[in-house]
Amino acid sequence: MTAVATAPITRDAQPARRRKRGSMRRERAWALRWSYFFLVLFAVICLTPPVYMLITSLKTSAEISAATNPWWVYNPTLGNYVALLSSTEFLTFFRNSAVVSVLVVSITMLISVPAAFALSRMRFWGSATIATGIFLTYLIPDSLLFIPLFNMFAVFHEWTGIELINHWYVLLLVYPTLTVPFCTWVMIGYFASIPRELDEAALIDGANYRQVLTRIFIPVALPGLIAATIFAFTVSWAQFLYPLAFTTSTDQLVLPVGIISSLIKGDVFNWGQIMTGALLTAAPPLIIYAFLMDYYIAGLTAGATKG
Amino acid sequence: MVVALVRDVEARPEKRKRSGLHRTMQRKSMIAFLMTLPLILLVGIFVLYPAFYSLHLATLNRSMERFVGLGNFEFLFRRETFWMVVKQSCIFAITAVVFKAIFGFVVAHFVHNIPSKGQRKWRGMLLVPWVMPTAMSCLAWLWLFDPSYSAFNWLLARVGIDPVPWTGHVIWARFSIILVNIWIGAPFFMIMYLAALKSVPEQLYEAAAVDGASWWQRIWYVTLPMMRNIIAITVLFSLIVTFANFDIVRILTAGGPIDQTHIFATWAFRVGLEAGDIPLGASVSLFMVPILAIAAIFILRDINRRGNEA
Repeated sequence: MTAVATAPITRDAQPARRRKRGSMRRERAWALRWSYFFLVLFAVICLTPPVYMLITSLKTSAEISAATNPWWVYNPTLGNYVALLSSTEFLTFFRNSAVVSVLVVSITMLISVPAAFALSRMRFWGSATIATGIFLTYLIPDSLLFIPLFNMFAVFHEWTGIELINHWYVLLLVYPTLTVPFCTWVMIGYFASIPRELDEAALIDGANYRQVLTRIFIPVALPGLIAATIFAFTVSWAQFLYPLAFTTSTDQLVLPVGIISSLIKGDVFNWGQIMTGALLTAAPPLIIYAFLMDYYIAGLTAGATKG
Repeated sequence: MVVALVRDVEARPEKRKRSGLHRTMQRKSMIAFLMTLPLILLVGIFVLYPAFYSLHLATLNRSMERFVGLGNFEFLFRRETFWMVVKQSCIFAITAVVFKAIFGFVVAHFVHNIPSKGQRKWRGMLLVPWVMPTAMSCLAWLWLFDPSYSAFNWLLARVGIDPVPWTGHVIWARFSIILVNIWIGAPFFMIMYLAALKSVPEQLYEAAAVDGASWWQRIWYVTLPMMRNIIAITVLFSLIVTFANFDIVRILTAGGPIDQTHIFATWAFRVGLEAGDIPLGASVSLFMVPILAIAAIFILRDINRRGNEA
């Protein structure tokens, strides 16, 4: 009925509509062109520092200090990479970083996954308060805590004789404070989206809570788990303030601090090697991001939109 | 059906052994509590305790032997550098967050405008500044800003502009650290706003177009109201992170020239660890608390409101 009634009207209005649609299409095309123009511009801005890192890392010291075009490599060389990868210092930093990051990721997952499961499914006295409290601790920045933590570790040394300051393993204690709250929060969001019928059915079939967690929740919420793992890794890989405050000896440093404090000697900046080191340090997060971009972005947006 | 079955199963032991059910319920919450315990201990020992401990530290003298009450704060209030740090922190945080939000919003629109097939690629490139470790990208910027070999100055020289003292002059140094902060932070806003843009129903734009709304009216009356929540929460988040920022200023200027680009975190590091006055450093960093608390209250309110809606 309505189709019959409206058909003549649309046919009448067609010429005008076509003209309008044509102008809209032209408008669209222009909007698209402008969008691409600005996207190219912004992408260039975004990629300039990493590309410039690469350019500098391929130059010799002589070329860096020459008055030639800094944006072009005239005599590309891998000398900086060879020098850095054969220096024991850099390899020590790399090993420290890798060990710390892997251990921190494991600790984070061992703490936050059971906690998120308990907080999202097994309600107990105070569980709602704890969930909100965890989110708030995520908002307490490292720059507020490093001074009291430094003093706490010093006092701990006086009491027990165990030296924490200036040992890489002190980072295993402080990094989880940066990763666990966020990962728990993200996992609560993912766990809460699993239908209750699933775990109720399993419980009726005689599964216990450990089985519900390992056989149902972890497989179903795997994307969330991957996102949280990526987050924990990138945070512990890139953290700068805590290692700068708590470690000083060359053999205890992690990459970001190691590069800054060992390659910058006094006022002499060996820029070729610094940029090479910076690029190699930035590489693992960038590679992970390149392959798991969707998980990375899911984790990023989950923190603010879930819950 | 399932629910009825569950109730049936749950009800049966209750009839037989009431105390048994009570005990299993207790056991269940005990297990749940134990599963959360590592988290509670971690947060308690390494976040909450140090937070309150810094309040205590702030009341001690330099050698941490004598209680001086509010002496450290009095000392700070009389120092010109302190007020400069307050001013600089506010300028830095507010300017950076405003521009990050604006750039994020604009770029999100550009990405949203192009066909969805190509969006992934662009999104991937535009998020690189956020993915790179901050300290490392700051090194790249430091090298780009180098006083004698600045690659930007070389480009400027091509078009006949005098070299810019990127980190050498107060105004330029402040501009540079804000610029780098925007470069790092804007992609995060872009991703958030892009996700929000995708959740705005297309019908609303169609309805607006039928009503003859202009491009500007569509943004003002449709997009912005629909994205109000996400804009508020990202701005608050970013305000906290930017206000507490350390890496960028530390690496680019280390507070210089003559302490004029210090913000709370870097100055606290300077007086607390480098100059060895831990109580004074703790007092400096405590000044971050009010702004963090205000932002946290707003975020919490937003979370609770969403919790009630669900």
